[in-house]
Amino acid sequence: MGLSNASEDLSSEMEVDAFRRLFPLRYFERHLAESIRPDGRPLGKARETSIFLGAVASANGSALVKIGSTTMLTAIKMEVMTPSLESPDEGCLAIDFHMPPICSPIVRPGRPAEASPVVSKQLSDTISSSRMIDLKELSLVGGKAAWMAYLNAAFSIMQDIYCLDADGALFDAALISAVAALSHLQIPAVAMNDDGKIVLVSGEDGQKPVNKEKRKLTLRSIPFSLTCILHKNYILADPTAEEESIMETHVTIVLDTSGQLISLYKPGGPALAYTSAIQDCVGLTGQRVKELKSYLDKENSAMEVVV
Amino acid sequence: METDRPDGRTPNQLRPLAYSCSILHRAHGSASWAQGETKVLAAVYGPKAGTKKNENPEKASIEVIWKPKTGQIGKMEKEYEMILKRTLESICIRTIYPNTTTSVIVQVVHDDGALLPCAINAACAALVDAGIPLKHLAVAICCSVTDSGCIILDPTKDEEERSLQVGSEPMENGIMTSVTQGAMSVNDYLHCLERGRAACASLSEFVRKNIGTKSTSEPSKAG
Repeated sequence: MGLSNASEDLSSEMEVDAFRRLFPLRYFERHLAESIRPDGRPLGKARETSIFLGAVASANGSALVKIGSTTMLTAIKMEVMTPSLESPDEGCLAIDFHMPPICSPIVRPGRPAEASPVVSKQLSDTISSSRMIDLKELSLVGGKAAWMAYLNAAFSIMQDIYCLDADGALFDAALISAVAALSHLQIPAVAMNDDGKIVLVSGEDGQKPVNKEKRKLTLRSIPFSLTCILHKNYILADPTAEEESIMETHVTIVLDTSGQLISLYKPGGPALAYTSAIQDCVGLTGQRVKELKSYLDKENSAMEVVV
Repeated sequence: METDRPDGRTPNQLRPLAYSCSILHRAHGSASWAQGETKVLAAVYGPKAGTKKNENPEKASIEVIWKPKTGQIGKMEKEYEMILKRTLESICIRTIYPNTTTSVIVQVVHDDGALLPCAINAACAALVDAGIPLKHLAVAICCSVTDSGCIILDPTKDEEERSLQVGSEPMENGIMTSVTQGAMSVNDYLHCLERGRAACASLSEFVRKNIGTKSTSEPSKAG
């Protein structure tokens, strides 16, 4: 009697797995009809999110962000550079997004993944569109260094984002990671040495300080994003990689903390987005922005207490 | 208060459209689409044997190659390729030719703003010229929000500070593709959608008139 029960349980579990593998769309639609997803989430809820600042000690700013299984690691390096002729009083910000082969079975070593430049471009556009960072703040001209009027230097922020685990909603995790790293960023103290070059302060003699101490970057309104899947009449927030591959219409909405729309990105897909669906997605994104802002503020407060 | 535009257009006025098809001999389908000074040339090859990377046993694959006017292919071109690929996948009936790949090559002849909608329109016209089976046509338009909050259609390069590009299907008025640059309020975005839909309706009339004339007179090369 016990043995037959065990074999029945095993066979029914195998049937569920086989059904999921052979008919993934119908498997998901059976769950959608009950307003639930295979991992137990309601349709409009995002996965568990955690932010960890200061993961890379050698970087000027860093952050590790996990949304469910999706993991992003961001590190920021700052250098002194000569600003361009078009904007002599501004620094610059460069963002690179990398998908190493460790993150997904479909990424091969050598050639960069297909999604990598697309997410990289989206991130650059989003952060520059939101005007989160005042690039003039990165300039070293004027201010307290008025005695060296010939000085022509500015900081350059180089941000590298690594995807360690790609389980859907890559842009969302990458954006939170980039924003968290920028909030953790400390601008280093620099000095002019005897040769007239700008170097980082290392305690040597003969260095004339240009800016006196480390300081935090001032962030204005911060952008946050949420990716939704549109499938028939359903809207699924924060999809996993499996959901993304089965249902092909994705909409990514970026709002900043002042409620402005930074980006609405819908690259094709079989389902058409109507105004009501867009408004629903914007509502979901608004909730997500409040949630993520509280996470980030809490993490920054914890960092300050430790320091 | 009406916004004065440098070329004298009203806010709702499109630049003059120019469209021609079957201009390349070797391509199975080709089309040239110009809006004002912005001009895009699109060519379609296929359905042909699929490569190992792109082959799909259930559906036809679509490959998009974007050639800029100057310089190397960078991240912006990669993004445009991806957007175009997914948009064209949405309108093609892909189950008819499994295990095949259709290549769409987009060459930018000149860029004076509203480049991506121009490319979408050119690619759709080229697919029609090649006789690829489509569910429906896609029509694309670009809207821009000025600093004073006025919404203008079909911006030039100078006007393209904060732009929103909507590709929609006029029959159902749903949005297939949407790309935004710059920050704007949600209400401005929804207003842009309404303006975009009205402009897409008139564009769609233009497309159907021209393509209808062509398709009845000449057989398809892809057949």
